[in-house]
Amino acid sequence: MTTSVDTIRDTPFAIGGRTFHSRLMVGTGKYRGMDTMVRAIEASGAEIVTVAVRRVDLDRTKQEGVLYHLDASRCFLLANTAGCYTAEEAVRYARLAREAGFNDFVKLEVIGDQETLLPDVQGLLEATRTLVADGFKVLAYTNEDLVTALRLEDAGCAAVMPLASPIGSGLGLLNPYGVRTIKRRLTVPVVVDAGVGTASDACLTMEQGVDGILMNTALAAARDPVAMAHAMRLAVESGRAAFLAGRMPKQEVAVPSSPLEGMLD
Amino acid sequence: MNETIDVVVNGQPRAVARGATLLDLLASLALDPRVVVVEHNRAIVRRPHLGEVTVAPGDAIELVHFVGGG
Repeated sequence: MTTSVDTIRDTPFAIGGRTFHSRLMVGTGKYRGMDTMVRAIEASGAEIVTVAVRRVDLDRTKQEGVLYHLDASRCFLLANTAGCYTAEEAVRYARLAREAGFNDFVKLEVIGDQETLLPDVQGLLEATRTLVADGFKVLAYTNEDLVTALRLEDAGCAAVMPLASPIGSGLGLLNPYGVRTIKRRLTVPVVVDAGVGTASDACLTMEQGVDGILMNTALAAARDPVAMAHAMRLAVESGRAAFLAGRMPKQEVAVPSSPLEGMLD
Repeated sequence: MNETIDVVVNGQPRAVARGATLLDLLASLALDPRVVVVEHNRAIVRRPHLGEVTVAPGDAIELVHFVGGG
């Protein structure tokens, strides 16, 4: 006897004309050790790996460059503009990142508030327009506001990245409706960035139909980052598969699963 | 000979040999030009040109690279 299981047909995950094999993207910050980071990235199955641009430590007392540990031929390096508070600053960081010579993709962050690290959407739009005109593929970190997402798409973003919750908070997906609405209305890929805390958050996020997730702290701050990376890989795949499968409708009354007929007297 | 000029590298004052190029500066700091991006007075200098740009007194030079980030 043979059993045939139809594999789930998914569309390729493409951003800015490039196709990626994993819908999970991971950051490289805040790991307790570089060896753990490397093993976590491996376990996550992620292809896109984010990095930040910073001054070289001339005294060599602090962290050395991440490229001493990452095999850049085995991942797609996505530089961010984390820590930038103005469009001008973010554009400067993006140009420096591009000069490193890997690609012309940038994860654009223009932060508007120090406590929440919420984006400055005006600065974000301004920087997007400048960078798109300069040939960049811009992946814009934004909030879950539909109108901003639409404007970012109009401005030429390669992908729009609404947050699940504030960066590094681990609060999970706070506004599924907002993220779902952005996904429904946009044509460019929607990748949820920031706030995912554990596997169920990742699964629930993917179930909204978004194209992917970017996470960092959820792995780096887990008790066992490598094991959590494995869990996240499964969660992203599972959530995506559930979205494609199409969930049953919710209803507020019970419907028996077993037949009502054939009950004993 | 051995005359130096004062420049600012990554926000810190630093003395470099008069006539030094950006490539000389990287060499003096034992930095591999393949993993460092150089900004000279706010303008990016591409790797092939690092040996052509001479540092002048008061120049602001930024040497950046990729570090862990999200």
